[in-house]
Amino acid sequence: MSVQKETQNPLFYMLIAVLVVMSLGPILLMLATSFKTNVDVYDSSVSAFFFAPTLANYETVLCDVLWYEPSHVDYCDPTFGRALGNSLFVALISTGLTLLMGCMAAYALVRFKFMGRGTVSMTTLLMRMVPPAVLLVPVFGIWTFQYGLDGTFTGIILVYTAMNLPFVIWILQSFIVQVPIQLEEAARMDGANPIQIFFLVVLPIIKPGLAAAAIFTFRIAWNEFLLGNALLDRNTRTVPVTIVNSITEYDINWGVIMATGMLLAIPPIIFTFVASKQIITGMTAGAVKG
Amino acid sequence: MSIANKANRLTPYVFMAPAAIILAVALLYPIGYMIYASFLDWSPSQRIGEADFVGLRNYINLMHDAAFRESFWVTVKFAAVVVTLEMFIGVGLALLLDRNIKGMSFLRTIFILPMMIAPIVVGLMWRYMYHPTVGIFNRTLKDWGFEGIPWLSDSTWAFVAVVMADVWQWTPFIFILSLAAMQSLPRSALEAAEIDGASEMQKVIHIKLPLMLPVLIVTLMLRLIDAFKVLEVIMVLTNGGPGLSTEIVAMRIFRTAQEFQELGEAAAMSNTLLMVLMALTIGMFAYNKMQEGRAAKMQAMAAKGTA
Repeated sequence: MSVQKETQNPLFYMLIAVLVVMSLGPILLMLATSFKTNVDVYDSSVSAFFFAPTLANYETVLCDVLWYEPSHVDYCDPTFGRALGNSLFVALISTGLTLLMGCMAAYALVRFKFMGRGTVSMTTLLMRMVPPAVLLVPVFGIWTFQYGLDGTFTGIILVYTAMNLPFVIWILQSFIVQVPIQLEEAARMDGANPIQIFFLVVLPIIKPGLAAAAIFTFRIAWNEFLLGNALLDRNTRTVPVTIVNSITEYDINWGVIMATGMLLAIPPIIFTFVASKQIITGMTAGAVKG
Repeated sequence: MSIANKANRLTPYVFMAPAAIILAVALLYPIGYMIYASFLDWSPSQRIGEADFVGLRNYINLMHDAAFRESFWVTVKFAAVVVTLEMFIGVGLALLLDRNIKGMSFLRTIFILPMMIAPIVVGLMWRYMYHPTVGIFNRTLKDWGFEGIPWLSDSTWAFVAVVMADVWQWTPFIFILSLAAMQSLPRSALEAAEIDGASEMQKVIHIKLPLMLPVLIVTLMLRLIDAFKVLEVIMVLTNGGPGLSTEIVAMRIFRTAQEFQELGEAAAMSNTLLMVLMALTIGMFAYNKMQEGRAAKMQAMAAKGTA
């Protein structure tokens, strides 16, 4: 293991430092700008990272949900506070539904040998291939004219659940396969019915898999723009839709929009730090067999 | 007893039912519907039953539509450029950083951040950085005494800008996958090469890369499929412009449906995109099957050898 000695090479650590700066830089710049007044943003003598920070942008964005009235806000635009609530609601409910249905289906597929694992991974990959842009036209048409679900939370939750199900089923399958069948047999001997076995024996064991699946589902529902934009109306809009609507060609209030972007980015960032191992498992599962 | 038996036999169906119903109602039906809609002359104010059946007209229009052909070409160019760059940088970094160092897991955590953040927000960050006067790139260039670059207003630079944002966001994906592949390589092969006095470079070219090839190809395919789906980042950055220089097919579909209200044509475009992606996916599956077959054969031969 002579390779280990080489790790002392300072160039190596410099490379790592450069990479960290490059991947974090844009995010830190967004964070910094969200604490900047619009005057400072356009003043070229003010540094990108060193300036007098202010919470004003966040107050503007969140004025509707704050317990006090920020003095600098003349007119409180409730759009964003509402969108934040909508986004949370939609993402949480669709994640919950996807997980519940997904783990039930995955369990049936594994334990009752419904379909081969090959068929399921084939379907998953085919579904992964479908771009949201392709779903745009049919979902808009069907939801508006046939289901009457346009503008409702039910409608958008339905799409997000369907979009995420194949991946969730597929990833949970690989966890359920590893649950020792003896455990389930023992429970059956003790008189548990299939539903009890599933909820009380299997689910607790596959918690890491559930965590990975939950993060992926939440992230997609939380970040999605295209279908949300087509289906939701003024009152049910989610944050990504509001952000795009507030970008105009000229005269962007960068501080406020960066604060909005930061609020949208915070939950995924927290997940990344809390559960990076599970995320990497989910990510690599597609290519590296696991 | 027979009731219990019946219940047990029904269990798998009960467990499958919710997912199956949702998938049928909200995924399979819409896709089938889209295929049908691509043969219709359909505007958003009409119910689908009122739309006229026009046969292949939408597809024929597409073939004659210079803007669509342009956007198809832009998509292919974009996907080819970003995937090539990301593969080289990602695999290169994985080769360089494949060592047991402290803090590797922290590094990986940092690297997945760009993929976790909403594409809309990624677009926003880069749009700010590309801003002609307040953006960090032009400000730095001007501080050093250079001219600013018209990042988003010149068609060549806009393409470069879009590519850079995508490379920033997705190179870590390739890096993480190839690092995982590299760390599961058989140590014995590398040690044997070391004993034979192979240099670092020889080990990379003759052992590491060939052994990683199957994973690398799957990674490349996954990334290629995803590169065809990119939309939000480009939408926030350039909205397809200037002109059509960054208008990828997904963007074109969005605009055809939303701005031009031509749902039938948008469906035909979606179908075309879907078929391209389907071909890529099937190619990837065929390759995987071939690899598995080869591995099985090798194993069988090895087993015979030892017997």
